[in-house]
Amino acid sequence: MARPFTPKVVTGNALLEGDVIYLTEDDTWTRDLSQAEVLTDEAHAQVRLLEAQGRPSEIVGAYLADVRLDDDGPEPAHFREAFRRTGPSNYFHGKQAERA
Amino acid sequence: MYRYDDFDAAFVAERNAQFRQQVARRIDGSLTEDEFKPLRLMNGLYLQLHAYMLRVAIPYGTLRSAQMRQLAYIAERWDKGYGHFTTRQNIQYNWPTLADVPDMLDALAEVEMHAIQTSGNTIRNVTADHFAGAAADEIADPRPVAEMIRQWSTDHPEFQFLPRKFKIAITGSPNDRAVTKAHDIGLRMVEQDGQPGFEVIVGGGLGRTPMIGKVIRDFLPREDLLPYLEAIVSVWNLLGRRDNKFKARIKITVHEHGIDAIRELVEARFNELRPAFTGEDQEILAQIEAAFAPPIFEDRPADTFDAAYHTDPVFRAWVDSNVSEHRAPGYAIAQISLKAHGATPGDASAEQMRVMADLAERYGHDQLRISHEQNVVLPHVHRADLPAVHAALKAHGLATANIGKISDIIACPGMDYCALATARSIPIAQQIATRFEDLKTEHEIGDLKIKISGCINACGHHHVGHIGILGLDRAGVENYQITLGGDHTETAALGQRTGPGFSADEIVPAIERIVDAYLDNRESDDERFIDTFRRLGMEPFKHALYDETGKARADAA
Repeated sequence: MARPFTPKVVTGNALLEGDVIYLTEDDTWTRDLSQAEVLTDEAHAQVRLLEAQGRPSEIVGAYLADVRLDDDGPEPAHFREAFRRTGPSNYFHGKQAERA
Repeated sequence: MYRYDDFDAAFVAERNAQFRQQVARRIDGSLTEDEFKPLRLMNGLYLQLHAYMLRVAIPYGTLRSAQMRQLAYIAERWDKGYGHFTTRQNIQYNWPTLADVPDMLDALAEVEMHAIQTSGNTIRNVTADHFAGAAADEIADPRPVAEMIRQWSTDHPEFQFLPRKFKIAITGSPNDRAVTKAHDIGLRMVEQDGQPGFEVIVGGGLGRTPMIGKVIRDFLPREDLLPYLEAIVSVWNLLGRRDNKFKARIKITVHEHGIDAIRELVEARFNELRPAFTGEDQEILAQIEAAFAPPIFEDRPADTFDAAYHTDPVFRAWVDSNVSEHRAPGYAIAQISLKAHGATPGDASAEQMRVMADLAERYGHDQLRISHEQNVVLPHVHRADLPAVHAALKAHGLATANIGKISDIIACPGMDYCALATARSIPIAQQIATRFEDLKTEHEIGDLKIKISGCINACGHHHVGHIGILGLDRAGVENYQITLGGDHTETAALGQRTGPGFSADEIVPAIERIVDAYLDNRESDDERFIDTFRRLGMEPFKHALYDETGKARADAA
């Protein structure tokens, strides 16, 4: 039996600001992982990635990142994605400061 | 100090204007990212985890106060009010937006600075001994040669698409403070029969395949330098492995072909190139040298120094660890630590930059240096002025007395910023510094270099740390490997791995056990960590870290 597909989100960096963005269901970009479209089907995930890559004047380096599904929505599966979602640990800068 | 001539100024302005257009074309969609990326990298612009990052060159680590003030201005105007000084004498801004970068580059050009060739497969910023022009042990100031190499390598048409990046370091002192043996080319100024020249070292480098550089020419006459450098780079440009990024650096080329074969090819190419250099380079070098004439040193008493040294223990501790011997009588070299306990190694706020600029202007012949150890240097301070300098530094969190000590840690940005990182470096450095500050054992421990990298690319020089720490991703968890016995000086050596790595929670206690083992085993207070390691080898440290089965010991504390 094939291994179950790990849920994913489409993410990358915004062209102008350079910060982390995620693709939403309605084809906008969000700075908040909890608003991202969670992709649970592999074929659909590939299509969504291609669509994101087709918007090079908005996003740089689009890729699929693994997530876990919690009650509150998607959570990063890897610590690298956790840092991308939060910002650096030495200063209160980046996403964590924007949310505050 | 060297000032831009009309050619330099026009060249930088033209490059900035070109890049402004390239950014505009990227934003309006005429350039794809694949087309834009090599252009932005040529101008020092990276895209990291959270934002763009602009890497600005500080050639041979030398700054005037006006330049430091402009770096502060840029930090406040377009970034988050601070900058990060790196192990290659650059400053990095971590938060610019794409559209602001052309303005930042223009602001840099106002003070004769740029970000050209701080990235990409080119000859990078040439680094030099941070005590250059001041060190008591110096044969000659290496910076005029470094400036000549900068001019030669900048936009060199043959060397814009090299197999990989290429780094050159130069020192004018027998005591190597520029890590020349870990560079693609290391130059050591030497004399032979009264003639000045260079020992040329090639093929050093850290990263995933660390190598100590090998001597390709033990004496190269001074006037042969540029054709010889050109010969080395052009031989590598043809032989270098463009098929495999991880084997493309010259250290691999030298390793695969052998130093003798490379030397033969370089000498043959040198003989072809030498006639093309008809002396113009030496005329330019003479002009550059005039620009680096030493300041006029004053002969005045240093009574204020003696009084403060004998009455103020805080000042005395700072002098003992941060002040070095100067070549001029009455003068000293003062290092400003950017490693306050618990702070991010190498970071300075805009306010701190201005304080350092003011001190350089008032007490330091307007000169500042950036060291590869991520500290700032006031190279020419009269001893009589040291108490005033120390008082001003203290008021701005810049008087930490820890140069060369366990908390004077080199740390790369790691996964807090870097897209390549596999683990964080900065928090580990912060925790080690804070832990030993709490224990109050830093000065008892003495000279000890800890260097931390957050991935195998080794920007944090962990291979040449007395204690090296390498952060890796082990099955989705940060894990830290330890190496011992590395040396970044003229006796350069690569550290040896102790064994299995440690988790983020275990790494600081592990470092503490290594230090305890050193204190237990050293023959006297004067025996440095590295000397104890060389005398006893790995065994006592391994025993402190691992039990009989090779597993990490649980922290007894």
